[in-house]
Formats: sequence, structure tokens, C-alpha cells
Amino acid sequence: MGNIQRFPHSAKAASTNPLKMSQPLGAALAFLGVDRCMPLFHGSQGCTAFGLVLLVRHFREAIPLQTTAMDQVSTILGGYENLEQAVRTIHERNAPALIGVATTGVTETKGEDMSGQYSLFRQRNPALAGLKLVFANTPDFSGGFEDGFSAAVTGIVEEVVQPSETTMKGQINVLAGCHLSPGDVEELRDIIESFGLSPIFLPDLSLSMSGRQPDDFTATSLGGVTVDQIASMGASELTLVIGEHMRVAAAALELKTDVRSVFFDRLTGLEASDRLVRTLSELSGRPVPAKLRRQRETLVDGMLDGHFFYSRKRIAVALEPDLLYAVTSFLADMGAEVIAAVSPTQTAVLEKLKAATVMVGDHSDVETLARDADLIVSNSHGRQGAARIGVPLHRMGLPMFDRLGAGLKVHVGYRGTRELLFEIGNLFLSREMDHDEHGHAHGHRHGDGHEHGQHCGSGSCGCSAG
Amino acid sequence: MLQEKLQDVFNEPGCSTNQAKSEKERKKGCSKALKPGAAAGGCAYDGAMIALQPIADAAHLVHGPIACLGNSWDNRGTKSSGSQLYRTGFTTDMSELDIIHGGEKKLYKAIKEIVQQYDPPAVFVYQTCVPAMIGDDIEAVCKFAAKKLGKPVIPVMAPGFVGSKNLGNKLAGETLLDHVIGTVEPEVTTPTDICIVGEYNLAGELWLVKPLLDEIGIRILSCISGDGRYNEVAQAHRARLTMVVCSQALVNVGRKMQERWGIPYFEGSFYGVSDMSDTLRTMARMLVERGADKAIIDRTEGVIAREESRVWRRLEPYKPRFDGKRVLLFTGGVKSWSMVTALEGAGLTIVGTSTKKSTKEDKERIKKMKGEEFHQWDDLKPRDIYKMLRDSEADIMMSGGRSQFIALKAKVPWLDLNQERHTPYAGYDGIVNLCEEIDKTLSNPIWRQVRLAAPWDLKPDAKPDARPVGA
Repeated sequence: MGNIQRFPHSAKAASTNPLKMSQPLGAALAFLGVDRCMPLFHGSQGCTAFGLVLLVRHFREAIPLQTTAMDQVSTILGGYENLEQAVRTIHERNAPALIGVATTGVTETKGEDMSGQYSLFRQRNPALAGLKLVFANTPDFSGGFEDGFSAAVTGIVEEVVQPSETTMKGQINVLAGCHLSPGDVEELRDIIESFGLSPIFLPDLSLSMSGRQPDDFTATSLGGVTVDQIASMGASELTLVIGEHMRVAAAALELKTDVRSVFFDRLTGLEASDRLVRTLSELSGRPVPAKLRRQRETLVDGMLDGHFFYSRKRIAVALEPDLLYAVTSFLADMGAEVIAAVSPTQTAVLEKLKAATVMVGDHSDVETLARDADLIVSNSHGRQGAARIGVPLHRMGLPMFDRLGAGLKVHVGYRGTRELLFEIGNLFLSREMDHDEHGHAHGHRHGDGHEHGQHCGSGSCGCSAG
Repeated sequence: MLQEKLQDVFNEPGCSTNQAKSEKERKKGCSKALKPGAAAGGCAYDGAMIALQPIADAAHLVHGPIACLGNSWDNRGTKSSGSQLYRTGFTTDMSELDIIHGGEKKLYKAIKEIVQQYDPPAVFVYQTCVPAMIGDDIEAVCKFAAKKLGKPVIPVMAPGFVGSKNLGNKLAGETLLDHVIGTVEPEVTTPTDICIVGEYNLAGELWLVKPLLDEIGIRILSCISGDGRYNEVAQAHRARLTMVVCSQALVNVGRKMQERWGIPYFEGSFYGVSDMSDTLRTMARMLVERGADKAIIDRTEGVIAREESRVWRRLEPYKPRFDGKRVLLFTGGVKSWSMVTALEGAGLTIVGTSTKKSTKEDKERIKKMKGEEFHQWDDLKPRDIYKMLRDSEADIMMSGGRSQFIALKAKVPWLDLNQERHTPYAGYDGIVNLCEEIDKTLSNPIWRQVRLAAPWDLKPDAKPDARPVGA
């Protein structure tokens, strides 16, 4: 691997084809993993409308999301009235179990005092004392999607979780980061339950966002972790913390409950999955179930079968930080070279990335860095740039609006790793099998400075493996 | 400045709702107060972007924090026959530091980068809430940049919190009137040059209409803004006639073009057979009134006769298939009535329509067509729609994408009528497309299957599809 370049800040003034999504949107997703919840953006109407459309396009589900509908006057005079009216209206119309309020650029620029607004609301509305109200500070102008998700989960922990005198045997908490799809959460539940443990996921997108057919129309989220379950997290034996961005919430949870936590930076890859399985086996005192043993075996077999096609493949990855870490680490595990890892925001996890170039940037940066890559891994927004430079795109993360089943993709545990391995491996494999018909599809793309232009045989494209 | 503009837009005399109001009411403006906690839909910035982004060769730069563009880019199906630059998302992605120090310098730098790298004919700069709050003077930056870089740099003053999407459409129109239209002279003009306003070429709809106009000999000098090119929009003031497609959105442009350059305008629709024919007739008649060769009237009648007979012939096969099928129409404005005629012509029965975004005139028109009995809902709640569909009061719902899940969760066929769809419904061919889509959806075998009871819910001698299916 060549010199590692790390330039965390782009010198550009214009972000071009942004990879970044806003904090409130991340908060909304976290709130959607709570049963009968209504996320509410404290800002102007558009802040909500855009987030709503993005989530609808990704999940292909109705998304409950409301707005305090700030206008010019309330923006200047202060938004408390709008907030109170919104919460009361939502309560009257939909009677949710929890209202999750996320601030936006509008209210944060004004400097609205949210803890003051919270106290004032409680004071003026004693009749709504039973309504759970969680506030998250999520300015659009700092951080990104992951930070908003983290802020919302932390807010829920602080508002809802109760300390407990007793411990429920076998009950464990899982702080599930936003890099876990509803499908991933479902997979984790399967794994954890196979050890006879009862997990409480916060949030639990697998129950609310994986496609529901309700018996009646509902205006709030349907399914997800219940407020009662969240309250009982203090009685758990252990907390599994999945993803760097869940650390703040984990600290808040520990502080409140004294439940010990175990941190996992990723759950994609053989070793990462091994660590999870070992932890669960030790905690439960049970042997690893036969199903997981078989899954591990097939993953190992898949790695052996697939490594030919991954070896020295040049890949550019652009995803939210923790997913970026999981995917680049997995690719490195398989012998691929991550030539560029692009993150929308600056976080500690970037320090750990195994990539030739690590940068905070956008899709236009990916387009520049990936000119001689064999593959780009990013969300659907990567499609325009990938097409322009003629590099195949494997879609991951959010938004994924041009594929079905985006929310149900699984890439954690032995089974999920295996699925990811085959999906990407098949992309490489199919290109190589096509060589006879179309000639070397990507040899001419390699720049002058690279030695990869030797076409087949150098091993860099895996052709010799055929 | 912005306040004056808002007053001006609210005062629109070309708007029929406005004409019915007293002067005092008019001043208050037409945007309904948004209800916190029960509002839906986009903001003014959203509306401005929708109206201007189809100008395909221009760069569209959003000055604001990431939410405004990062969450929204690449999500509309407006098509271009050439430049794809409009699909590139540009934003200043304002950070905390920009908010403390002001974003003007960064904005200028961003404009400069874009001009240097992409060399577009113009840059549109969209003002959003946050820079408006901190007092960034976008207009000054744009003026400075235009002078420095030798290109039109156009400030779009429609921060989200000034109002609704619809208001944003109008403010975008004002932007074109103030900065664009009339700034470029066409090389050639003809007596049959027209300008189309409020047509965004979603799913390529304009391309179903254009060949007919070509055949008749009517030239689209500029379309605002579907498949638009900056220079064409800038030449719009030399058109002989303006057609306003969506009067709710951009009637101010049509009216002011008449005021400033004496170009008459009419409101028309490309949806539905009779509306399409009316539109072509009106175009031809008005152009002749302005001095075009009378022959275009005959050519128009020729095209209408041919196309109408062709379209009815092509719709014939659908009639028996649509017999007895009931449609719940859930759309706004012009489409709420122009679609009614089209669908009934193909043999469908319309059980009701929403009129949320329709004008008084639209509503009267529906009443005239369908009688007093016909359902018109001003504000039907999702729960009520769901119930109607569950109770099999309609066989298919047609609406915008946001309400699709109400139908799909009720396991009732649904068809997208608004901006996210991929099939064009305009013109004569568009109606055939629409009927084909309806037929495809209605006759899909999944409807029977998805309504089956689960094996564990089956009582020993119950029929598998015990629920009424309405079909």
C-alpha cells in the first residue's frame, strides 16, 4: 500500500453532490425505531418535507414525521408557541407514546433554549405529564446523520430509561447504531435469541421499518421498541454497544443504570462476528448453537472461494462513518485495497480506517479519487459519478432509492458477512467472465501512473484466478 | 426587499381566488397559516427549486446548511434532452463557523469554483432560512460575482420560512422576471413563437406535446422551465403568446409578461383529450390574432382530428376492461378536473376527488361536470381515505407519492399521478399511457394473493379470500 493520505477537510467552498445528510434526519430515523412514536422537527416546513421524502424513497414505507412549521415571525420572536401547539396537536390527533423533537438549523441559529422550552411545556401542560417527550439538539449546520441519530438515542436514554434495583436474568440491551439496517437488527435478534437471551434494541428498526401490513391506519410509527421496554433497560445484565457513534448514548446509559457495556466497532467480518458470538456464549453460559456453527463454516468457505476475486481489487468507499469503517475493514480482510475512504463528517473512527486516502468529502471527491478503481461502494447518490467514470457501483447505506428491499439488506454476523461477500464478489466475477466477449473492460481506465494496465495476469484484477 | 416581493406576489390579480377577495384580505396574502404538528408539504425554497431546476444547463447552488440540499437532491424526475448539469447538487454546506462569521465569502468562492469548473451559462443561487437569519446579503454577492466572473449569477430569494411550496414557485417566477427574461435577444423570431410557463417536463411530458406543435408549425421559443436552457428562458419576452400550464404556480409570470411586453397569455392543460385539443385550438387562434398565418388553424384542426380519432381508437380496448371500475382521484389544481374527463372517456367511474390545491374556479368546473352529488373533499384525513379504500368504495386510488402507502397498506391498487412517476401522461399519447398504467395495475394478479388470509388465520372451512376484494 502506498502513502496514506489523510486530509480531513476539503479545500472546496462548494460541496458538490453531497454525501452528507442532516442531523435531524438521523434523529428522525432513531425515533422511528420506537413504537408509536412521532418525530417532530422544530423548524420550517421544508426541513421536514425533505427528510420525509428521503426516508419514504429509501424504505418505501409511510413515514410519520411532523413539523412545528416555523415562519418568519415565529423564527424571530421565538418558537415556543409553535412547539407547544405542535405537541398538543400531535397528542390530540395521534396520541403517540413518545414525541421525539429534533431541532434544526432554523431554531439552532436563533439559539432557542430547548431545555427552557421543555420545562415551560411541562409547567404549562400538567395534563400531558404522561406523554414522553424527548428533545435532541440537532443543528443542520454541524455534524451529520450519524450525530443526529446518536443525539436522539442519547435523549431517549436520558428521558425514558429507569434505574433498577433488580436484574432480569438473560435480558440484554443493544444500542444499535444507524449503520444497522432493519434487516441487520433482525439478524442480531436471531443471533442473540439463539443463546436464550432476550434483547432490547434501542432503537428497534426491525419491528417498525422492515415493511408492515397493519390492520388499521396508523399515523405514528408502528412497531419498534416500546417505551416500557426502554424504561426497563436498567434491569439488563449487559449492554452491547454497536458502533462508535453509540458511545455517548452508552455512557449515558451506564451512568444512569450501572449496567456494564461491551463495545463493538463493527459486526461485519469473521473476527468481528466471532467476538460477538463469544461474548454471547460467555454471558449466557450456553454453547454456540448448531445453526451459527454452520453459518461460520459457510462464511469461511465463502472467503476461500471468494478471495481470488477480491485480492488487490482497488475500491473506493463513501459511507456514513461507522458503516464506512465496517465495510473498509471487511474489504481489507478480504485482501482488497481501499484506495479511498470518504466520510461525510469528521469523526474519531476515521483514524482507524485502513485506506490509502481518507477524506471528509462528497460524491464529487469520490468521482475524482475512484477514476481507476474497480468498484465504488456508496449510497444511490453515487450512481451519477460512477456512471460518468465507468466504474461499477455497489449500493449500501442510505438513501438507496433505486433498489428494492434497501432496508432489509443484511451485512452483520456470519450470514450477513457472507451475503455481502457474495454480492460484491459476484460483481467482480461477472466482469471477469465477460472478458471473452468484451475484452478487458477496465484495463484502459487505469491511469498512466499505475502498473495495473498490464491487463490480465498481474493479479490485480483477479483474472489469473479464473 | 423580500417583504415587498411577497406583498407583490400576494396581490396577484391574475389569480381567480384573489379577485374574489377584498383589498384588505388580499394584502394578508394567500398562504394559509401552517398548522404546527399537522402540516405537510414543502417550503418556499422547495418550490423555488422545483420551478427553476429544470433549467438544465445552469448550475443551481444552494446557500445554506446541508439539510436543504443534502436531503433533497436528485429526487425529481424532470428530464433534459441535453445538459445534465442541473442534476449536480451544489451547496455551500454552511457550518457553525460560517454562521458566526457570515457565509458571504464562502458563497462567492463557491460560485467562482463552479464557474471555473463547469462554465455554465448562469448560476442560480438559492437563499435558505439560515443565511437569511444571519443576514447574508445574497443579492450583493451575486451582483459582485456576476461582475467579477462575467456571467449571470441570479439570487433566488425564497428562504423556506416565508411560506409554502406554492409561494416559492411564484417567487421563482419573480426571479426570472427580475433577472432573466428579457436579457437575451433571440437570433431568429417567428410569428408562431410561444412560451410555455409552469411545465417542468416531468417524465419527459413535454416531449409528447412538442412533436404536435412542430407539425402544426408552432415553435416553443422557451419553456419555463421544462427541458429549459438558460438562454432560451432569457429570450421568452420575444414570444407571441404565453401558455400558463399550472396557473396556481406561475400565473404571475404570464401576467407580467403581458404587462411588460404585451404578450397575451391563456391558461391551458395538456392533460386529457378534450383539454389537449382545446389548448391547441386556443394557441392557434391566439397566434393568428397576433398576426400568424391563418393556415395554422387548419393544420391544427387536422392534427386534432387525426389525434383524437387515433386516441379514441387506442382507448377502445380499455373500455370493457374498465367497465364498472371506480377511481378515487386524489390530486390538486387543474388535474382534479382535467383528469376526470380523460378517465371517464376511457370508461372509468370517478367516485370522488380532492380539491385541496384547487381554486374556486376548479371546484365550480367539477360541479358543473359532475353535478352536486359528486364528492369533493377539501381536506380528507389519511385515516378516512384508508377506511374508504378498505371498505371497497374504490377500485384504484390515483394520487401523489406521499399518500401511496394509504392505498398500498389497504391492499388497493394505486397509481402515481404526481412528480415522482416515470411515465408521461401529457398529450394524446399520455392519456393512452395513463390507461395502460391503470390497466396494468388493476389487472395485476397480486391483488388477489395479497388479500389471502395467512395459513394460521384460516378457519377449517373458510374460503381463503374471505375479505371483500371489491373486484
